[in-house]
This record gives sequence, C-alpha cells and structure tokens, in this order.
Amino acid sequence: MAAGEVAASGPAIATAREERRTSFAEPVTFALSIAAALAFWEVISRTGVISQRDLPAMSTTFQELWELMKTGHFWWAFADTVRGWGLGLAFATAFAVPIGIALGSNDFAASAFRIPIEFLRPIPSAALIPLLFLTLGTTLKSELFLASFGAFWPLLIQTIYGVRDVDPVSVETARSFGVGRLERLYRITLPSSVPYIATGLRISSTVSLILAFTAELFMGTKGLGQEMNAAQSFGLEVQVYALALATGFLGIAIHLVFTTLERRALRWHPSQRLGTT
Amino acid sequence: MPIAILLAWQLWTAHLDSPKFPTLWTILVTFRDLWLFSQFGTHVVPSLERIGMGFGIAVVVGIALGIPLGLSRWARLWAMPHIEYWRAMPPPALLPISIVLLHSIGNRQKVAFIGFFCLFPVLLNTIDGVRGIDPALIETARAYNVPRLERIRRLVLPAAAPQIAAGMRTSLSLAVITMVLSEYFSSTSGVGYVLLISKNTFDFKPMWAAIVLIGLLGYLLNVLFLIVERRLLAWHRGWRAVAPA
Repeated sequence: MAAGEVAASGPAIATAREERRTSFAEPVTFALSIAAALAFWEVISRTGVISQRDLPAMSTTFQELWELMKTGHFWWAFADTVRGWGLGLAFATAFAVPIGIALGSNDFAASAFRIPIEFLRPIPSAALIPLLFLTLGTTLKSELFLASFGAFWPLLIQTIYGVRDVDPVSVETARSFGVGRLERLYRITLPSSVPYIATGLRISSTVSLILAFTAELFMGTKGLGQEMNAAQSFGLEVQVYALALATGFLGIAIHLVFTTLERRALRWHPSQRLGTT
Repeated sequence: MPIAILLAWQLWTAHLDSPKFPTLWTILVTFRDLWLFSQFGTHVVPSLERIGMGFGIAVVVGIALGIPLGLSRWARLWAMPHIEYWRAMPPPALLPISIVLLHSIGNRQKVAFIGFFCLFPVLLNTIDGVRGIDPALIETARAYNVPRLERIRRLVLPAAAPQIAAGMRTSLSLAVITMVLSEYFSSTSGVGYVLLISKNTFDFKPMWAAIVLIGLLGYLLNVLFLIVERRLLAWHRGWRAVAPA
C-alpha cells in the first residue's frame, strides 16, 4: 500500500500527552458510541421511520440472535464457516508463501510470471462461483477453492515485496561467510519478510472469510451463508438480520486477531514500525 | 510466458474436449459474439453504470466524511467502532438485507450496495492521509487566519490526495467485485446476471466469456485509474523527486 508515502506523523510528544489525557475517556467514548448507535437503531425501527418489517428493532434482532445461539444448529453452521475460512487461508498460505519467496528471490521467475499474475489477480473470485458450482458442485471443495484462490493473491504479492525488501548486504554477507542457501532462507529472508507476510495474512484472512461466506450463500455449502439464504427464502427477516450480526462479529473477531498478530510482527521489526499501516 | 500459458490452455482444452472447459478460441469467439457488441448495451452498460455510480458516491462520501474524521480525534473515537464493524462485515451478508431494506432489486439496491462497501477504503485512507499531515502546517494556516474551508481546500485535500488516490484504487477493484455479487443475487441485467443465467442453463461458453470480460474490466479500470492518477498527482511526484523523502 502507498500508505507509507505520507506517513510523516506529527510531533510525537504532543500525541503522547494527548494519549495520556484521554486514556480513560477512550473506552467510555467507545461504549457510548456503540450504545448510541444501538439506541438509534431501536428508535428508527420502533417509531416506524423504517417499518419493523424491513428493519426489525435492535432488541428483537439481538433476542433472535440469542435464541439462535442456544441451538446447536447455529454453532454447527458457525463452525462450518470458520472451517471454510481457516482451511481456505491455510491452503492459500501454503501456496502463496513458498511461491512468493521463489518469485521474490529470483528475477527471472519474477519477470516471467509478472504478466500472468497481473491478469489473473484482478479476476474477482466471485466471478468463479458459477464455474465452481458446475464443476466441483456444492461441496466443501468449492468453498475451499474459492476462499484459497481469493486469499492467495494478497499474500503472494506481500510475500514477493517482503522478499524483495530483504537487505541485500546481509544476504551477501551471509553468502560470503559460506552460509548455505537453505540456512540463508531461514535465518535472513524469512524473518525479515515476516512483517510483510503478516500484513498479507491480515488482508487474506478477511478475503478468505468473505469468500467462504459467499460460497455458502450462493452455492449452498454448509455454514452461516447457507443459513442466511434459507432464512431469506423462508421470509424470516429477523433471522437474516441476526445472522448478519453474527457474521459481522466473526469478521471483526478475525480482523482483531490478525491486526494484533501483524502489530507483533511489526514490533519485532523496528524499521517497519512506521512504514506499513 | 503469457503466450505459453494461453497456448497450454488451448492445447489442454482441445485435448480434453469437455463442454466445461471450452478452448480459448471458442471463448474468444463467444466473447466477440456477446460483448462486441450485441449484448454490450443490455448487460455491460448497466454494470458499468452501477460501478460508476457506486464508486462515485463512495468517493464523494468517503472524502467528505474522512476529512472531519481525520482532523478531529473525538470524531474518530466516536466513529471508529462503527467503521471497524462494517468494514469487517463480509459484503454478501448484507445482500439479502439490502433488498429488504431498500425494497428494490434494481439500480437503487445495486448502487447502494456497491457504494457502501467501496466507501471504506476511501474513508480509511482519507482519515489516514489527513492525520498524516504535519500539524505545524495546519497550525500555521490557522495562525494566518486562513478560513476553515480554504484551509481544507488548499492544504488538507492536496496533502492527503496521494493517499486518497490509493484508497480509491482499492475501492475501484472492490466495485467490480461487489458489482458481480450484487448482480448475481436477484437481478435482471448486467454481467453478473449473465453469469447467473449461464449457470442455470448449464451453458459454459457465455460463462467463460463473462469471466474473461470481468477480469478484463478490472484490469482496464485499474490501468485507466493509474493514468488519471498520474496526471492529477503529477505535481506531487515532482515535488517528491526534489524533496528528501
């Protein structure tokens, strides 16, 4: 990302002071802000600004979610979605990181594959749904293919950039000390590209969830998406809303976990602290 | 290399001779028959319109919201929980809801859906871009009594422009994806609709042609955007080349 281009962050002292002063106000604002939004939702639905049939009240929706959460069925669907997401991300990682390292450390390979990558990458995975539907069917295989295909690209690109960014001096130094190729990979290339890979993992983890859910919604593989499709076709609007809420929570949970992981990876690598966002 | 891959595809599919994987030649012929230009008006134009409107709304709203949020720490504290939640929401989860809420499966719902999800990259990058501005610059302008609107127009917007552009680029590719998703779910026209119909009729040729078209569309929009960006931000590049990084 070009986020680092203008990353001239202001005077550190002022922000630090500001940070301390508002350190306790922050969680309060956070809670208030969410409470206000929920109240707003309740009010516009109850007063009929948007009819309750179109937008069930907040309390109704949360109650429905609570009811759902008491059933094993919901948790199975939830687990199915998490499985699709996790396996998709795992496959993507298993392919993207080694290929990324190979392409990043070899100029010839990089130039040979540059154009195919540039052409394949923008194909939205969503466009592949009908194709998968008719070739692999409505199985977990389709979902995994879709999720890993989507998650593969950001991770691949990040890994290539990460490997490119390894300090050539340290690689050359290691080489002149007779450190073998494999050991150089483990000791130098991999550790110093970890921050990039972590960023790639964060992006890919979101993409993988989106596509796992998409596969469930459109192809009917088991999971929250399929539940939502069913609820929609039975006209159970409240349940549709409750499932969307649950999906959002899953999304934010995944996002938070991977942001934390990324921050760890970045902290480890001081030179990257400011550059990547 | 790309030629080698295309050749391999042609040879493999010719050898396979399966209706599921038509040869490159067949795909190209279908592509020409469908999109050049018999169905261009009925399906490609509506899709492009939706992308354009959704993307346009997202850019305007994203910048308009992003600047105050970037300037005010309190506004950020208030808004961030919501932005984080909606950003983490997988877009298809809101498809059924968008139909119920907007009583529409036409352009209104499609454009709203595309616009909503394209908003976040622009918004977040605008916030980051505005936050990245040296506070001394803003303080100086304030000390010289430059009015607020003028400050935003002359200082904040240009300074944040490169990052806003980066956000817009992400949004643009997202617009293509959300366009396909929204048309794939209850619609009557568009490239995504062609995909849906060809799936339902087990017709693989238009399906492949549509996939190629969508890939090409994403690629071309990106190239187009880069050209425009380079032109509009030429002053910025020039400035950066002189100034130490």
